[in-house]
Amino acid sequence: MKYGVVVFPGSNCDDDMIFTLSDVMQQPAVKLWHKDTDLQNCDFIFLPGGFSYGDYLRCGAIARFSPIMESVVAHGKKGGYVMGICNGFQILVESGLLDGALLRNDNRKYVCKNVFLKTVTSKTALTHSLDSQKAYQIPMAHGEGRYYASADTLKKLHDNDQILFKYCDSEGKITENSNPNGSLENIAGICNQGRNVFGMMPHPERAAQEMFGNTDGRPFFEALIA
Amino acid sequence: MKFQAKINVMPQQEILDPQGKAVGLGLKQMGMENVTGVRIGKHITMEVEAESKEAAAKQVEQACQKLLANLIMEQYSYEILS
Repeated sequence: MKYGVVVFPGSNCDDDMIFTLSDVMQQPAVKLWHKDTDLQNCDFIFLPGGFSYGDYLRCGAIARFSPIMESVVAHGKKGGYVMGICNGFQILVESGLLDGALLRNDNRKYVCKNVFLKTVTSKTALTHSLDSQKAYQIPMAHGEGRYYASADTLKKLHDNDQILFKYCDSEGKITENSNPNGSLENIAGICNQGRNVFGMMPHPERAAQEMFGNTDGRPFFEALIA
Repeated sequence: MKFQAKINVMPQQEILDPQGKAVGLGLKQMGMENVTGVRIGKHITMEVEAESKEAAAKQVEQACQKLLANLIMEQYSYEILS
């Protein structure tokens, strides 16, 4: 599988993602400039974290209209893999590839710390080999990550088993205290109904190598490659 | 003709607005105990070159729906001035 990482003006996790994919995971990975429309035959498109377009108007709202997004949306709609992390997740909800919205954290803070994640569904390419009992320690860093969806949308997410991850404590318990941003039902990541588009706020690519002192993010990439 | 659009984008009523809550607290600390329900949105102005007010309104409507507001979390209103 060939991986493409889209670079928007203001992306800042593109290099981390390329490093994780190519140096750590030994996979072919290229950067895709947001003004291009050619996905360069990539099978899996990543939208990285950062502050695309300065987070102006709403996070992800303007990036959605970058030329490459038309190709990314078409790729996702025909079943191709797309994954957005942090700002990438915000772009995916703005572009309509994923349901819901990401609002300002309820505690009004930009929260930058390690959080724990519990896998909710194992029926996706991203989660199939993750341990459903384990609390994965993954860093997060955002001010607008409070997952929100209408009651109808939330029901749809449950009915179709589209919730990927929930914030939990170090024991794996999903509690109010382990919710870092006020997300609905502690939701940290979701997928689309076709199970080929993924979005999550925390950053597994920042925890995939021994050098970073935490390798809990590595199984996320091993799952994709397997 | 050139029309001016004045657009207001506000968070949906049922959505918690942390910014409004923080400012509300500040107002209370200023001594304005009687102020409640502070909510913060965006005011956007723009000029639209169009044949008629209706045509300008149609374009502003489209701008609001596709980019200026996210209808999952926000609502919008606008007026068009000639």
